[in-house]
Amino acid sequence: MTTITVPTTQARRTTQPKSRPTGFLTDTWTVLVRELTPKLRQPASMLFAMVQPLVFLALFAPLLPDVESGSALQWFVPGIVVMTALMGASMTGADLTAEIRSGSHERLLVSPLSRPSLLVGRALKEVVPVLFQTALILAVVTPFSFDLHLGGVLVGAVIVSLFAIGLGALSFALATAAKEQDWVFWTVQQMLIFPLLLLSGVLLPLDGAPGWLRFLSDINPMTYVVEAERALFAGRFPADVVTGGLVAAAAVAVAGVLVGVRTMERSS
Amino acid sequence: MTSESGVMTNHNHQRPVIRTQALTRHFTRGKKTVEAVRGLDLEIQQGELVAFLGPNGAGKSTTLRMLTTLIPPTSGTAEVAGHDVVRSRGAVRRSIGYVGQGNAAAFVQRGRDELMSQARAHGIPRAAAKTRTDELLTAFDLQEHADRPVQTLSGGQRRRLDIAIGLFNHPEVLFLDEPSTGLDPQNRANLQEQIRRLHEDGTTIVLTTHYLEEADALAGRVIVVDHGVVIADDTATRLKERLGDLVRLGFATEADAAVAAGRAESVLAGPTLVERTGTQVSIRSPRGADSAPALALDLAAHGTPASRMEVHTPTLDDVFLDLTGRSLRESAESTTGTQTEGAAA
Repeated sequence: MTTITVPTTQARRTTQPKSRPTGFLTDTWTVLVRELTPKLRQPASMLFAMVQPLVFLALFAPLLPDVESGSALQWFVPGIVVMTALMGASMTGADLTAEIRSGSHERLLVSPLSRPSLLVGRALKEVVPVLFQTALILAVVTPFSFDLHLGGVLVGAVIVSLFAIGLGALSFALATAAKEQDWVFWTVQQMLIFPLLLLSGVLLPLDGAPGWLRFLSDINPMTYVVEAERALFAGRFPADVVTGGLVAAAAVAVAGVLVGVRTMERSS
Repeated sequence: MTSESGVMTNHNHQRPVIRTQALTRHFTRGKKTVEAVRGLDLEIQQGELVAFLGPNGAGKSTTLRMLTTLIPPTSGTAEVAGHDVVRSRGAVRRSIGYVGQGNAAAFVQRGRDELMSQARAHGIPRAAAKTRTDELLTAFDLQEHADRPVQTLSGGQRRRLDIAIGLFNHPEVLFLDEPSTGLDPQNRANLQEQIRRLHEDGTTIVLTTHYLEEADALAGRVIVVDHGVVIADDTATRLKERLGDLVRLGFATEADAAVAAGRAESVLAGPTLVERTGTQVSIRSPRGADSAPALALDLAAHGTPASRMEVHTPTLDDVFLDLTGRSLRESAESTTGTQTEGAAA
């Protein structure tokens, strides 16, 4: 540690950049770029996460029974995309716990960044990898018995992104509420994602399920997202199913941001 | 007219940069309501360097958190840089710099990246942001460490980075919440030097501390807070002068001591306390140190010479003890240990 004398006068005099009002989109972009920067600086860490759904697919897809209405992959892949979004977005808050503890979150709260942009930008950080993962999955499965319908996939990506933003915001709210207690965050996160996953019919169809299970599946927004994705990835655009998925995803997004902002206002 | 008033504002120190009226904050923990800040009325002028002093839980951090828009007041109002902290939070946030108790830069980030993200948060264009980033990195001797993960920086380097981030937007008011907690003495001295320079440059600075020496050395104005209210607000020098110096005299006999106590009342100017315990006499008096030699001569001339003499000029801790009946040093030291551990973890 060297002793230093600080020419602060110099630091103040030369430029005087003025703080200017910024909009929601700019703020969200700022937060997203900030979140992605450390990951981009270590691409190796991202590579592993990227490959994970492929590993899952490789180990699970061979177990799928042949279905009469098209290939099993066609049915399975959209579910895996939504599952990847669920897994990624639900962990949004994990990084936040560290930032709350270190103090950098507090600095952002005092900065002019708007509260919703802090939420959405952080949730988008999980969406970006999901979109890359989707592209990667599609690139891998298309040579096999999977028909790529680009239009449907793009609409599907919008729905999955909305869903992931909502989940990410809820995860953020959970981390804010859990404060510095990691275990609270992880316990609740784990407790919630598996029922959501199983009840959405990603891994197994719920057609033959008993009534109570069907009911739980019906009130799970993720069910509608998965159904919409399946239709869209097959190149079909049934209005009711697509709208259902879009509404469910948008509802999760709005609820997530509202709950997230509320939690943030209360905690600080 | 505009240019004239502009010049005026730069030179006069009359414009309050911070003004609070009956600022109050309650916290509800379960069924208990804690009144962390109770009806604070405060005016801080442009260019002042103010230290909020008080034991942990006195309400200093809560006050700072309200002034920096982190928490809304329960009642009362506060204006910072001319903006209401509730109605115009955005404007307040653009006008201030804040260095919290923790680190401003996330551990996984690099210092330079965090400075740039701070620039974007303030809507500062890229070119200006880059120049400013380099300027601050140089000013805080961080150029070599700017492209390493914050995790790998030393405590002192991180603290300098915190301040650099807090200063990015040339804030009108800089808030520092216990800036030196967890720093070693050398880094603490460096930090104080930096704060002093910023003050010389005209930045209004509000800091909280429970290091008395720090408040004493740095601040032109000391605001002592306890139990959520201001119990003293003045320069450190005047706070100490008002309390007065303590002169302790020892005598051969109790009778001598009693006579001396009587003499002290008349020789010393306005003693606030004359107390005899056995053969010892304690006198507290403004400028007591200056009149102590005269008192010693007077006592010798009257046949009751002092056998020993102790003169003690007050510290801010004595002021605090006098005001509250508690020692700030004790309450501060009991918490410093845990805070340092927290910073290291």
